[in-house]
Amino acid sequence: MPAIEELTDAYERYVLDNEDGFVDEFRDRLRDFGGRPTPLQRAERLSERYDTEVYLKREDLLHGGAHKLNNALGQVLLAKYMGKERVVAETGAGQHGTATAMAAAHLDMPCEVYMGETDINRQRPNVFRMRLNGADVTPVTAGRGTLKEAINETMRDWATTVETTHYVLGSVVGPHPFPAMVRDFQAVISEEARRQIREQTDGLPDSVLACAGGGSNTMGAFAAFLDDEDVSLHAVEAGGSSLTVDEERGVAPNSASLSTGGEGVLHGARTRLLQDDDGQILESHSVSAGLDYAGVGPELAHLVESGRVRAVNVDDDAALAAFHRLSNMEGIIPALESAHALAYLERVAGLDGPATEGSSGKPRDEAHDDLGDTVIVNVSGRGDKDLETVIEETDRREIEEAPEMDVFTEGL
Amino acid sequence: MDAIESAFADGPAFVPYLAAGDPDYDASLEYVKALARGGADVIELGLPFSEPVAEGPTIQAAVNRSLDAGMTPDRFFAFVEELDVDVPLVCMTYYNLIYRYGDDDAERPRAFVERAAKAGIEGFVVPDLPAEEADPLREACDEFDCDLVFIVAPTTQGERLDRIMSRVSGYVYVQARLGVTGAKANVSEQTGQSLDRLAEWDVPKAVGFGISSGEQAGEVVAAGADGVIVGSALVDIVAEGHEADEDAATVADRLEAKARELKDGAVAGAQRTPRPERT
Ligand SMILES: Cc1ncc(COP(=O)(O)O)c(C=O)c1O
Repeated sequence: MPAIEELTDAYERYVLDNEDGFVDEFRDRLRDFGGRPTPLQRAERLSERYDTEVYLKREDLLHGGAHKLNNALGQVLLAKYMGKERVVAETGAGQHGTATAMAAAHLDMPCEVYMGETDINRQRPNVFRMRLNGADVTPVTAGRGTLKEAINETMRDWATTVETTHYVLGSVVGPHPFPAMVRDFQAVISEEARRQIREQTDGLPDSVLACAGGGSNTMGAFAAFLDDEDVSLHAVEAGGSSLTVDEERGVAPNSASLSTGGEGVLHGARTRLLQDDDGQILESHSVSAGLDYAGVGPELAHLVESGRVRAVNVDDDAALAAFHRLSNMEGIIPALESAHALAYLERVAGLDGPATEGSSGKPRDEAHDDLGDTVIVNVSGRGDKDLETVIEETDRREIEEAPEMDVFTEGL
Repeated sequence: MDAIESAFADGPAFVPYLAAGDPDYDASLEYVKALARGGADVIELGLPFSEPVAEGPTIQAAVNRSLDAGMTPDRFFAFVEELDVDVPLVCMTYYNLIYRYGDDDAERPRAFVERAAKAGIEGFVVPDLPAEEADPLREACDEFDCDLVFIVAPTTQGERLDRIMSRVSGYVYVQARLGVTGAKANVSEQTGQSLDRLAEWDVPKAVGFGISSGEQAGEVVAAGADGVIVGSALVDIVAEGHEADEDAATVADRLEAKARELKDGAVAGAQRTPRPERT
């Protein structure tokens, strides 16, 4: 793929070497258009509940409602610097598509977003938002109609149009330089958080938690802490409904590729993947569309392998419970993706029943000690996009923290 | 190693592609044999992967039919063994299937190549494997006397082109246009330019992506190609037969006729423009 060479060159010149003042313009736009810095907020009632100082990095307050804008704005701006005329993007939860559509409108670039049909149906508000910002949304019907299929289709578009088009990849996945570049754009999360926690507590946190789909908010939240070896880093994956593969249907009812996947090659990267014995990629599943992907960023996979980052997972029910908990205890409605990271606090505190197999891999007390007295949780996005899903899924299950849902479901 | 190059030695080569096992194992065996009867000089056999990112809708659908009918790497090797055609066979697949084959991690990707070579495969095309990452596969190919074909896009240039040149064997797959596979009504203007860029390469040049008729095959050969690769136009015939519920023999006859049209077109193209001697 020759486009990759062109992109590597542009990444090195503009992003790494700040040629033509790219990085300065990016920071200015993140501030004025994006609303950075986002707050690092102490969550009073969660801190009490867990007897741990819990700080929330409020990426939900970034323009568009998720961390995705950091990367989308960076890449659309880079596309401008490269002289491209059009951008394409894939999206799962619709947050990356929305962020790309916003950045494209802001920077006056035509934008086309590929989105799986399943995801279109469960994330309609974001489909509307993309359209309102002038983007074309193209449905992808292959497979289960989720993020993996949307990536395939965007790669096909890009292969046809590379001369004029930049592919705004939405996470730290795909071929080099995407994983490094997306991490660099997202690193602003931990650069800010590290400074903010020192201002507020005079020290560093004991641990940082972030949910991992492809792993962009994860890598963004971890990047500035990687050298702080006393800070433990936890990537929380979607355990879905089960960690066991449904061999018959070729489906993994989870998207826990770090916890349960094997090494392989997909979308131009060698990483951990949900796959069968032959190497065919499995359909993943999560109640949260943004985590519903069979792979994970190669650098994150490597950090897990080397032991620097611990991969853990929580299931759909635990994520839904955490969604409700943050909503009614702190007045913050988190994205279902982010709710996974929050659910891990509950797990570690021993408040969510027996630990499931393959979770932290440690007895609960030990895991609790690992988390320590000061914890930063990256709230990667807000949950407005998820309301329909949450209402339906909560109504189907027994979620203790949740209010009655039938008043809503009648109207659905 | 020589089988493929010598298939290009006398006159332009016709290189058809089908997804093995499409729409099912038995019919597919008949279809591949029909291509051999129709004049195929080399056959590219697709081993279906769940994420066929280089393919357009036609071949994506073929891959899915084959996977739904139960194709796996081991069944693919059985398929190749059962085929028993007198035409060199190239396995076209994606790297994860090659990488994951076998029980021993340390043997990757050698185990796949060893098994494939034993079944009778003489070469590989792996569209998602960049030349930068290809050395382990290249070594295994050398060990088992197989070729490794690379695809050169119209935009491939500079160092990347050099890296491909130093690793390619059998033939180079010249992508006639940007994008993914799929039959097109016209031959891309980029073809001639692409061929010119590779004029110095000491390996046959086969042009693919979009060729669907004997006339187009002729144009491509007249423009200097040593061979034509045709996939979607043949897969279309398989798909139509499948949808109309026709028996395999009828579809095979149609494939054979289409193969002959393409082969004849390529030969006619060579007569139109005398090809320069390859050194
Ligand atoms: C709010 C939010 N968090 C997390 C994710 C998962 O992506 P990543 O793991 O790349 O951060 C998404 C993806 O859409 C998202 O919208």
